[in-house]
Amino acid sequence: MLLRTAWRRAAAAVRAAPGPRSEAPARGLRLRVVDNAPQSAVPSDTATAPDVESVLRPLYMDVQATTPLDPRVLDAMLPYLVNYYGNPHSRTHAYGWESEAAMERARQQVASLIGADPREIIFTSGATESNNIAVKELEAAIQPDTSLVSVMTVNNEIGVKQPIAEIGQICSSRRVYFHTDAAQAVGKIPLDVNDMKIDLMSISGHKIYGPKGVGAIYIRRRPRVRVEALQSGGGQERGMRSGTVPTPLVVGLGAACEVAQQEMEYDHKWISKLAERLTKKIMNSLPDVVMNGDPEHHYPGCINLSFAYVEGESLLMALKDVALSSGSACTSASLEPSYVLRAIGTDEDLAHSSIRFGIGRFTTEEEVDYTVEKCIHHVKRLREMSPLWEMVQDGIDLKSIKWTQH
Amino acid sequence: MAAAGAGRLRRAASALLLRSPRVPPRELSAPARLYHKKVVDHYENPRNVGSLDKTSKNVGTGLVGAPACGDVMKLQIQVDEQGKIVDARFKTFGCGSAIASSSLATEWVKGKTVEEALTIKNTDIAKELCLPPVKLHCSMLAEDAIKAALADYKLKQEPKKGEAEKK
Repeated sequence: MLLRTAWRRAAAAVRAAPGPRSEAPARGLRLRVVDNAPQSAVPSDTATAPDVESVLRPLYMDVQATTPLDPRVLDAMLPYLVNYYGNPHSRTHAYGWESEAAMERARQQVASLIGADPREIIFTSGATESNNIAVKELEAAIQPDTSLVSVMTVNNEIGVKQPIAEIGQICSSRRVYFHTDAAQAVGKIPLDVNDMKIDLMSISGHKIYGPKGVGAIYIRRRPRVRVEALQSGGGQERGMRSGTVPTPLVVGLGAACEVAQQEMEYDHKWISKLAERLTKKIMNSLPDVVMNGDPEHHYPGCINLSFAYVEGESLLMALKDVALSSGSACTSASLEPSYVLRAIGTDEDLAHSSIRFGIGRFTTEEEVDYTVEKCIHHVKRLREMSPLWEMVQDGIDLKSIKWTQH
Repeated sequence: MAAAGAGRLRRAASALLLRSPRVPPRELSAPARLYHKKVVDHYENPRNVGSLDKTSKNVGTGLVGAPACGDVMKLQIQVDEQGKIVDARFKTFGCGSAIASSSLATEWVKGKTVEEALTIKNTDIAKELCLPPVKLHCSMLAEDAIKAALADYKLKQEPKKGEAEKK
């Protein structure tokens, strides 16, 4: 009893204290102060002594890789991290009951975002686990003549939106199961599992401003879709995914879904505006820039541009104060360029020149302007250093040259 | 007793929430992603970027790599009458390590004779720039570029020798 009041007082003290909350980054060009130098994540060659007090961190333009936690999500999670720490499967005391109530509330929040019934949502450790359950275990569980179609809703590299409703229609008329990995789409574009006839859907927490390490899989009940469990154990989550459900994480996922539902329209308008600003400015200032992916069926927050005659990794190195990603071979561990770009028929040299700009809920106009300015400056500089640009300026057709290496 | 315990708990909670490092420790398992100071320096303070007159008899041009591979290096050398390399220029389409390798190559060939330049090894370039294993092919391409430039220069000199012998 005394312990609980002590914790409550501690929690209240933390909320009232002028701690990290007051140092929350204000809108605008973000110069974040970091207070531990030996473990600095910025390999800056301009950094002075190792124990320098403040280090400038890069702007974050890589939301397809992961997103920051929305403060409202953290607010929802915190009580379940410090105070309401019961196991949601404990049936015999208030700690378990309150934790279970929170878990069910979160389940309802996730379900309502995609038009599903809460009984159709199973919590997992992330979209990858959900994909495995959907694809592998569905195959294992059913008759030989049944098949499965699995399509990404929004592609994470080029932002293209697949025609999910049409595919769902076809699959349902042919009695084929339809799974979609909606990690990049949930909470960003309107989704309804019934309108789109989706049987299975993978959801990821950390792509929608929720915590990492949690996700969900939607499994249709009517008509029933049977899957086998990937991991067996105590039979939690209707036997489909054993293991204690991590209450703080699922509360975070639920809160992220609820916030996304409220903010979807506003976010879409904001992100579209910034995306247009970025693309227009870059395309108007630089020649020979190609946007990868269909411009019409496209989620605005993921912009993949190829800057001809400039290699992607060198541009990332030049733009060292912006966190970005590239489809070039040099940035992948396998030295293979992006398979997505290859699949849409991009020329190989353009695949090496691609950069992905991610715009999210918290991206500001100043961040976009700064990124655009630096990008234009460094592309021009790298083109001056590029033998391909020189040849093109001299009127040589690059496709006519016999290169020494293949 | 309980009060002391509560105080300790409060301090532990505040330590967790306020003083914990907000930056996760640097990931040491992906050295390819961390740009070495020397590599960045070659981009930020470029030396020898440019072109020499391709048609001149004293200029050897080496063009190696392919755009489809994401690596193309053009290295040019200017050689004087005594066979000493007096100037070198490069242009590269490639990652930071490729740019640095070719830039370093132009620095090293300057002042060497044509024979001495042939001894430059990719392992020396990689060591000087502290290239991680996944980037070693950049230094190999730089060595190829030097050899290609020298071969081109030698080729240009041969007809001249032939003419001299005829006379």
